[in-house]
Amino acid sequence: MKYAFYPGCVSRGAAPELYTATIEVCKRLGIELDTQTMEGASCTGSGVLQEKNERLGDTLNARTFAMGENSGLPIMTICSTCQGVMSQAKARMTDVEYRESVNSDLSEENLEYKGQAEPRHLLWIIIEDIGIEKFKEKIVKPLTGLKIAPFYGCYIVRPSDALGFDENPERKHSLEMIIEAVGAEVADFPGKSACCGFPILTINEKNSMKMVSNHTLSAKKEGAVAMVTPCPLCHLNLDGYQPTASKQVGQPIDLPILHLPQLIGLALGIDPKSLKLNQHIVNTEKVVSALALTP
Amino acid sequence: MDVDLNIARFNPDAEGKSPYRQEFNIEVNETDTVLDGLIKIREEVDGTLALRCSCRSAICGSCAMRVNGQAVLACNTKITDLVSNKNKSINVEPIGNMKIIKDLIVEFDTHWEKIKAIDPWIKTDSSPPEAEYIASNESMVELAGVMGCIQCGACVSDCTVLAVDETFLGPAALAKAYRFIADPRDEANSQRLKDLNEPSGIWDCTRCMQCVEVCPKGVDPMGRIMKLRDFAMEAGFKNTNGARHAEVFSEIIRNNGVLNEFWLPVKTFGMFNIPEMLKLAPIGLKMVMRGKMPPIFYEKIPGYKNITKLFEKTKVL
Repeated sequence: MKYAFYPGCVSRGAAPELYTATIEVCKRLGIELDTQTMEGASCTGSGVLQEKNERLGDTLNARTFAMGENSGLPIMTICSTCQGVMSQAKARMTDVEYRESVNSDLSEENLEYKGQAEPRHLLWIIIEDIGIEKFKEKIVKPLTGLKIAPFYGCYIVRPSDALGFDENPERKHSLEMIIEAVGAEVADFPGKSACCGFPILTINEKNSMKMVSNHTLSAKKEGAVAMVTPCPLCHLNLDGYQPTASKQVGQPIDLPILHLPQLIGLALGIDPKSLKLNQHIVNTEKVVSALALTP
Repeated sequence: MDVDLNIARFNPDAEGKSPYRQEFNIEVNETDTVLDGLIKIREEVDGTLALRCSCRSAICGSCAMRVNGQAVLACNTKITDLVSNKNKSINVEPIGNMKIIKDLIVEFDTHWEKIKAIDPWIKTDSSPPEAEYIASNESMVELAGVMGCIQCGACVSDCTVLAVDETFLGPAALAKAYRFIADPRDEANSQRLKDLNEPSGIWDCTRCMQCVEVCPKGVDPMGRIMKLRDFAMEAGFKNTNGARHAEVFSEIIRNNGVLNEFWLPVKTFGMFNIPEMLKLAPIGLKMVMRGKMPPIFYEKIPGYKNITKLFEKTKVL
């Protein structure tokens, strides 16, 4: 099982712990990562570049897809935003005429997107390529007794028609499936597929912080000891800005936010330090010590 | 086939006035919609159940409600699509972000006020043409998509910004604003864009796509808001954090191929914006202490010049 690894900007910037944890977890899961193919791939545009020019965004993604196709490997993402923006670009480029026009801009680099590349998030790859039963067999330290709240990130759940939910209906509850497979319990709460507030952080911080406090506090109300997200941008807001949100709402929050591979890594028996659980703003000690108590 | 409709009830005249849940087990046909189920309850089980409906054909927009946590038109939501052998329970609630009057009926006043606030009529300065206004087919086809809005309130219900800030104009009103700005006959674009550029306008949208997902008519409110942002920037309204963010983001990608999270907020606020820099500093410091500060001098991707060229070709920036 080999993939062309598209790490995205954030796992190489403000969330290096995600990159490290992904590498560690993939090793244990038998997922071989080719880190060379995508070295020259650009940012997806994150929906922001698309505000200025959607076609340019699609061109950058077509370029990335072409690189993947040339390597003969499927593309793996680890960010809900990357995944969603790529899926949307792909959906638009099913229009052959449009794809050809986009490709004409790539001819100088001798690249052509043939419409075959199928970028998929690690979250989906575990369920669809490894299979949830096989994945369960690899769990050596079930997270029994831990209640974990899922937080998807908008772009991996909407728009559902671009994300292949019809063909792969389990994608709708993939995060809950993983939480249960690692032996933990799902702390279900209404905000799990809402916005984390990150996109408006520099525009309307008050609203952004309100979103952080609403989600984290309602997850805690459901008994969550931590939250898990497949999106590093959500992580930046929910973890990095949690102290700011806590100050605004005037009450302590203190809910550790884990990246998806960190949660999986714990259940695979990887030591918390190798998963960089110490690199978070909100202390994750609670999760680690709760685990030490479980047999 | 029998299903359980778990309905959110609220009667303002009842003592205590608190909302409660009530479950109804009913027999339904395979072709029945959630609305059919609700009408059956009202007619055969509990005549006090309050709901709005009219056309039953997804045209009038009266029966928007939240079914299993998502805003839909009850009349085009089939019960069989929601239940399985394992789960025959369906949650029905009034739409969100509006005040509940009774059971599934909500107060639309705030919604209409926002629609009115964007001046939903064509404004012209010049004297009317001698015959009819001529608009290109192309421009009207583009507008037809947004004119398909039936004002059902589904997008307003599930908007994640309205959930935390009732002053936000919201997806329905902003889509309506787009309908006039993109109309070739309208001559008030500049003023309209200036107004929408204010707080609670186009830049407060989080791009979460809830409105796109729940709209039963394919209006794509968020897509319209993104176009309005583009129009606003092109019209020269660039002095907002939102516009600067989009500008700086694009510039970083153009020059490096990838994003640099250190420079994005710094350049968006402006390095000499002392209050904002002071607010960023402690967060930056905490990140440094945890070993996760993005590098100040970001590595460019190999072949970044090709990305710059693509930007030049598309004439962005």
